[in-house]
Amino acid sequence: MASSSGFDVRRQFGFTTIALACFVMLYLPVVLLVVYSFNAGTSVAIWEGFSLRWYRSAWENVQVQEATVRSLVLAFWASLISTSVAVMAALATTRTRPFKGYSAIFAMINQPLMVPEIVTAVALLIVFAAVKVWTGYTGLGYLVLAHSAFCIPFAYLPIRARLQGMDLSLEQAASDLYARPWQVFRRITLPQLWPGILAGAMLAFVISLDDVVITEFVKSAGQDTLPTYMLGQLRRVVTPEVNAISTVLLAISVTMVIAFFFVSRMRK
Amino acid sequence: MIEVDGVTKAYGSGKTRFLALDNVTVTIRKNEFFTLLGPSGCGKTTLLRVIAGFVDPTSGTVTMDGADLLKLPPYARPVNTVFQSYALFPHLTVRQNIAFGLEMLGKPRAEITQTVDEMMALVQMTKMADRQTGQISGGQQQRVALARALAPKPKVLLLDEPLSALDFKLRKDMQIELKRLQTETGITFIFVTHDQEEALTMSDRIAVMSAGAIRQIGSPRDIYDHPAERFVADFIGDTNFLPAEILSEADGVVQVRLGSGAEIAARPVEGAGRGAVTLAVRPEHATLGPEAGALLPGTLRNIVYFGTDTHYHVALDGGDSFVVRAQNQPDRASAVAEGDRVGITFPPGVGQVLRD
Amino acid sequence: MADLARTRERRELRTRWLLLTPALIILFIAASGPLLITLIYSFLTPGDYGGVQWKFSTDAWFNVVFQRDIFDDTLGFADAHLSIFWRSVKLSLMTTVGAVILGFPTAYFIATRPANRRDFWMLLIMIPFWTNLLIRTFAVMELIRNEGTINTVLMALGIIDEPIQMLFTEFAIMVGMLYVYLPLMVLPLYASMERLDFSLVEAGYDLYATRLAVLRRIILPLVKPGLIAGSILVFVPSLGAYVTPRVMGGGKQLMLGNLIELQFGQGRNWPLGAALSITLLAIVMVALIFYVKSAGKEEVGHG
Repeated sequence: MASSSGFDVRRQFGFTTIALACFVMLYLPVVLLVVYSFNAGTSVAIWEGFSLRWYRSAWENVQVQEATVRSLVLAFWASLISTSVAVMAALATTRTRPFKGYSAIFAMINQPLMVPEIVTAVALLIVFAAVKVWTGYTGLGYLVLAHSAFCIPFAYLPIRARLQGMDLSLEQAASDLYARPWQVFRRITLPQLWPGILAGAMLAFVISLDDVVITEFVKSAGQDTLPTYMLGQLRRVVTPEVNAISTVLLAISVTMVIAFFFVSRMRK
Repeated sequence: MIEVDGVTKAYGSGKTRFLALDNVTVTIRKNEFFTLLGPSGCGKTTLLRVIAGFVDPTSGTVTMDGADLLKLPPYARPVNTVFQSYALFPHLTVRQNIAFGLEMLGKPRAEITQTVDEMMALVQMTKMADRQTGQISGGQQQRVALARALAPKPKVLLLDEPLSALDFKLRKDMQIELKRLQTETGITFIFVTHDQEEALTMSDRIAVMSAGAIRQIGSPRDIYDHPAERFVADFIGDTNFLPAEILSEADGVVQVRLGSGAEIAARPVEGAGRGAVTLAVRPEHATLGPEAGALLPGTLRNIVYFGTDTHYHVALDGGDSFVVRAQNQPDRASAVAEGDRVGITFPPGVGQVLRD
Repeated sequence: MADLARTRERRELRTRWLLLTPALIILFIAASGPLLITLIYSFLTPGDYGGVQWKFSTDAWFNVVFQRDIFDDTLGFADAHLSIFWRSVKLSLMTTVGAVILGFPTAYFIATRPANRRDFWMLLIMIPFWTNLLIRTFAVMELIRNEGTINTVLMALGIIDEPIQMLFTEFAIMVGMLYVYLPLMVLPLYASMERLDFSLVEAGYDLYATRLAVLRRIILPLVKPGLIAGSILVFVPSLGAYVTPRVMGGGKQLMLGNLIELQFGQGRNWPLGAALSITLLAIVMVALIFYVKSAGKEEVGHG
């Protein structure tokens, strides 16, 4: 048998251990959270048997029902609006030569990623408080507008990436074959852009669904979304009902993220 | 007939200004297989894209049968392109790809079906009609790209290095195939390549380009046998460059004196200087023999065996070097050895005086 | 000729702006515009019940930057500011360091997996990143609270008799932020490690380097851009964190984000809140500019 030093150039001492500990650390709290949502008792630490009682109590809680519907409606409109305008913006910033003011526009589109949420939240509070007084309108419109704005970069980036990865010669080939600009877009660009648009819309949806800070500052009285409702609940005694709501929200997000992962990997 | 007149394309400005095309003038005749040949970055693809409409030239005009092409957007020009990457629409089938141009032109459905069938038969892709373009081989994609560009029956077909992605064997087959298609359809082909062999085998005429300008236009034989300048001679085939001196010129023949003192007739070129010039001689046009009575005496330095032929590297007495290429005969070893004194001879009229 | 090109360019320009307009309008109304108004508010006088009086004043900025020790009644207040500033920076730095210690080996681990497995491991990092921040914070809270899993288990095992107070401490905030922002460290680090050419590491060993020397002299310099990017990506949101310190600090251990909120709630000092939030923004911008500069330099260096 040949002798071997067993030397692996890729190994670094302790790295694998730390990495695996890291993965455990990332998942353990969430797994426990999910597990205790099925607890029969009222504790989030002592297991008293399996039960769906907290799901039932969340389901029957009118506030939770309203917050859920509001969250979904908000996420729907925010992702629809942000994705639509992001598609247009992505077309304007990738299908043309670099132009004056491009970096300013890029910075503006990505502003929600750079500015701390609390700063945006406070700024929106200041502006919308004044607008609410002037107009007397206190509907969901403010939240839709605010969510649409901070979802734009999340929708824009995957769409832009898709456009940049797209072979420009396909569009040239189409116009070489007598397709007018609108036909090129309809017949060539759009069909290939779909995965990017879908990915962008899903990201926007998840981001809107998860938002706490901006919603907390912009919402009018009685406009709780699921996350702000939960934040409010944390001041009280915590029961596994919050775990149950969290688990449902988690399930939606994780499904979306995994779907996003596969959609963004779809054939180019 | 396409007339390109004084076309210049500049990128950038000031110090970074770069001329992709530098005052290019060329006329491409009807029904010819015209090749733009040159190294990468010489401007050949830019010229093609100017004709296709993807690049607006900085100055100059391009007309087709007298009509100004530059006014028209790409989709209104009666030219079609076969792209280097093929640019097949990945979300459409083979048939839908070929039908695309006809649909855009608003042809009746029946006519589209008929033309597409014809085109698929022409490129032997009928069996693959309903495949996705990702499911067919590179050679097949190439043929679909060709059929797609030919389907609208353009007056001119532009081909941008369409064979460069194919392997050697397939490339050989496609060269013959392309030439056949061009002859059968009678469409003018403008073909861009950096491969001299491809250019020589298919073209009616070749334009050799370098640094954004056309260096020489001529038939393949013209270009190979009588390169006008050093760049062309060097880029196409192997060439020996010899210092020479023009003694006299008459009836399209010049008498030159070589470095060794020997005198011989050579072909002149327009625009060459008087006196000291460079003479180009192809390795296969010269022969190796005894030193006595040869044009150029020297010492044999190296013998390199290539299978079909052997290259003899000779150090000339004047200090230059010279390569002679001789075809091999079966089982016959070379009669000379490295270190021998040898002489090089070539017939009158074979040497070509170069413009520098 | 040249006119033709110019007409086409003009048409292109018009299309481009038409396409950009809707996005820019939304962003202006609900992102950039309000920031400008916040800046204006920071120079106004606070109203009695929240809001502002339209009277120019630099008091808000004065309260942010200086410690007023002339007026006794405001002395304590300014002290609180400074300690909150200090806590924010300290906890953010500690979170960043913690994220490097945990994230670097993790990214390295993923980058050294076989190519077809790396996507799976990265997905494991991505999932927490895209799931609700509040829920993740909440999950950690359930773990470390007095009646939480850790204390329950430790007491059941008889290791401790009384629960260890972990929640509502600075430690809790740091752990929470580390937990929620760790993926932001792993993502860019992995991106630069994946491109790492391991023949360089082999060359290092070939030239007698030890594992530590290879790590310090070869791997670390090569992945520095990723390390800087990751550090900024963790530091910036930590500094502006609001939810995590609110949940984990329980209103006892404030960070900048909570201090800002306070001015719009109980504090009823909107101009001060505006000034504080512009200050936070400025610090973040400095960090981002530093990042862009160093990233740009690295690119040239490798170029």
